Amino acid sequence: MVHIKRLQESGNDIIAIIGEIDASSSIELDLTIAKSVGDGFAKILVDCTALEYISSAGLGVFMSYIEEFQEKEIRMVLFGLKEKVANTFVILGLADLLHICSSKEEAKKLIDELSV
Amino acid sequence: MGNKAIIRLTSLGAAIAWIILFFSDLTILFSDTKGLAPGIPLWLPGVMLDIYLIMLYYHYKFRIEKDENLNFTDLLWKVFATGLIVTVVSLSIRFVIFLLGNTTLPGHILFGDSVYLINLSLFFSFLVAAYTSWKRLIIYQKSKWLIRTWRVFEFLLLFVLIYDSLRIELNEGIFIMLMIILGLIALVLSANMKWVAYLNFKQKWTSLLLLLLTLFYLGYFFYTVSRQSDIISEASTSFLDFRSHIFNISLFGFVMMYSIFSFLVILFNLPTSSVFEQKLEEVVNFQRLSQSIQTEQSEESVYNILLESSVSSVFADAAWLEIRGTNQDTRLFSYQISEKDALEITNHIKNQNIKGVLDQGSDKTRNLSKYLASLKGGRFRSVLAFPILVKGESIGTLALLKELPEGFTKEMTRIISTFANQAGISIENFRLLEEAFQNERYKEELKIAKTVQKSLLPQKLEQDMQYDIAAFSRSADEVGGDYYDTLRINDHEVAMIIADVSGKGTTAAFHMSQMKGIFHSLAQQQLDPKEFMVRANMALKHCLERGSFISATYFVVDSKEKKIYYARAGHCPVLYYNSSTSKAEYLKDKGTALGMIKTKDYCNFIETYELPYASGDIMILYTDGVTEAKDKKGAEFDYDRLKQTVEEVTDKSPKEIQEHLIKKLYEYSGTDEINDDYTTMIVKFN
Repeated sequence: MVHIKRLQESGNDIIAIIGEIDASSSIELDLTIAKSVGDGFAKILVDCTALEYISSAGLGVFMSYIEEFQEKEIRMVLFGLKEKVANTFVILGLADLLHICSSKEEAKKLIDELSV
Repeated sequence: MGNKAIIRLTSLGAAIAWIILFFSDLTILFSDTKGLAPGIPLWLPGVMLDIYLIMLYYHYKFRIEKDENLNFTDLLWKVFATGLIVTVVSLSIRFVIFLLGNTTLPGHILFGDSVYLINLSLFFSFLVAAYTSWKRLIIYQKSKWLIRTWRVFEFLLLFVLIYDSLRIELNEGIFIMLMIILGLIALVLSANMKWVAYLNFKQKWTSLLLLLLTLFYLGYFFYTVSRQSDIISEASTSFLDFRSHIFNISLFGFVMMYSIFSFLVILFNLPTSSVFEQKLEEVVNFQRLSQSIQTEQSEESVYNILLESSVSSVFADAAWLEIRGTNQDTRLFSYQISEKDALEITNHIKNQNIKGVLDQGSDKTRNLSKYLASLKGGRFRSVLAFPILVKGESIGTLALLKELPEGFTKEMTRIISTFANQAGISIENFRLLEEAFQNERYKEELKIAKTVQKSLLPQKLEQDMQYDIAAFSRSADEVGGDYYDTLRINDHEVAMIIADVSGKGTTAAFHMSQMKGIFHSLAQQQLDPKEFMVRANMALKHCLERGSFISATYFVVDSKEKKIYYARAGHCPVLYYNSSTSKAEYLKDKGTALGMIKTKDYCNFIETYELPYASGDIMILYTDGVTEAKDKKGAEFDYDRLKQTVEEVTDKSPKEIQEHLIKKLYEYSGTDEINDDYTTMIVKFN
């Protein structure tokens, strides 16, 4: 089960994931990101502080946006990942492709730098 | 003893009893007229009559009461047929007497008594047959009270029967008392006419005719035997006068009473019988609607049944059923009305700006009759419309039309509303059933995918003098995407791969087969592991759909150099046991999964690593199902526990290590059921 919340903060769209992302809940994550893109946000922060587990399908969702974001100049930064969750990103080599920070402040700073 | 045997035995018993009755009564009468003392007891004819009646009672009980196949008119028919036979026999005797004319024989008292006794036996046979049939009709709808009353009635009759044959001088008071009690009970019982309601119009007419004839036979016989006993009693009273027995009178009275009651009740029920039939038809229609899913093949038939049933239930002159599809297309099922006319009425009501179901915007049921009057040229003056609801959503409209103004009663509205509801339920069920079939098909497809996936895994692993190898793969119910394989490149090099396709099901199996193809074609080209991955990524980037990727680790084991060359593309890090340090370590090298980067940049995200091996070293390849195996509390098996488990058995063969690991995994998860895919490949160097 997963809860995904969206919150706008100084031009950033913050997507908070609470719970576990598996094959079925990954669809919800995909829809939320797509909605954020559709709403015209160029700066997306993903709050993973309450993300307990992510399956390969969930990782696939993040992966699938990499190219699209590059083309549309949309920045996405993930923050607050638990060690175990972060590990799955690292093992897959996805950590090298995404921007991952430890805290929200860092993430905000990073996204502003990237957008310049 | 079978029913047939009992029927035969009772017939025989009745015949014997009657013969004894016949001769004893004649003897007594003869003795009496000659002034002689009869050589036989005077009570004999009476007792024989009782036995005759009891035999008949059981005879008909088994012939009529126990026969389950008889319906109401069959019962009446049986009584009628018995009556017909006995009447014909009786009339034939009359005819013979008529032929004999004015000879002395017919005038003789003994002859008269003989004819009387024959008629009496026929009469009673008929009476008992009728009694048994009436009994079945009366207790058709059983209730405790009714059964008890009937039992009391029968016991009283039996008591009276025995009382009669004892030939006790009758006290007038008791006689009347008994008659009144029996009469009252018979009256109460005769009020049980529920069976009449189940007859249809035609059956009612038939029953009336049969009952009328039955009444005629009863009258004929009563008249005949009464007349004959009158004639005999003028000469002598020492014969079996049936009128002196309360039982006989009661039996006749009861049969007569119920016949008359039935006749009258059926007669007065005739005008309302169409209503009952209508109700019955509604029930049948309703049943047809609810059963249509099992018997019919499509929604279409549900619509047709709904239309037909509704029309016949309210006697509509015309009707249509408009079904709106998912994409704005509508289908019209109509009865006695053209599509154009239907559209005209719909438009007319729409133009009048009347809110109701016909304008599709409202699901309120309304009688829209009064608005039709303003439609010029239309022949209909009443309209009734209902929405067909499936899961609370209106999927169509049922409209019924009549040429008469105000042609629909409240009752009709109620009926059609139930029909429309039932049709909605039927269609909903139908759709659910369809979904279930679809699911079944998917399951079947998954089964095929699983077989395909299994067949993609190698039957035999590439063997070498330099190492021992063992592999294991087990997947949960869903099809997983775990893949491992080996291939000999040349005499000193062997390629090995372990991969995990993201996602499950048929697509996973499909991507796995692609991976196998890539492995078998690229491995033969003696590629450096990095180059292998770069080319594999190029090959896969067009095949993998959005969000899918494959994690893999590719190895080349060189037995000449005693080295392992490998590249890790996002797959779980290899657990490597070094025999010289006696420690197992994870080889956490960088590398991104296949399909994640679809450009040439991928070569920057993958690297070849090399590792010398020594005898006793162990390489454990696995997929994430192993490390992510959960215990009952949801905690994962994890990397540390995997390492620990392997370190326990480093002196064992790969096969034994594998068995140990699997055992530990099952122990950990606490069930024999697999909830993920477990795949391992273990290589131990010699």
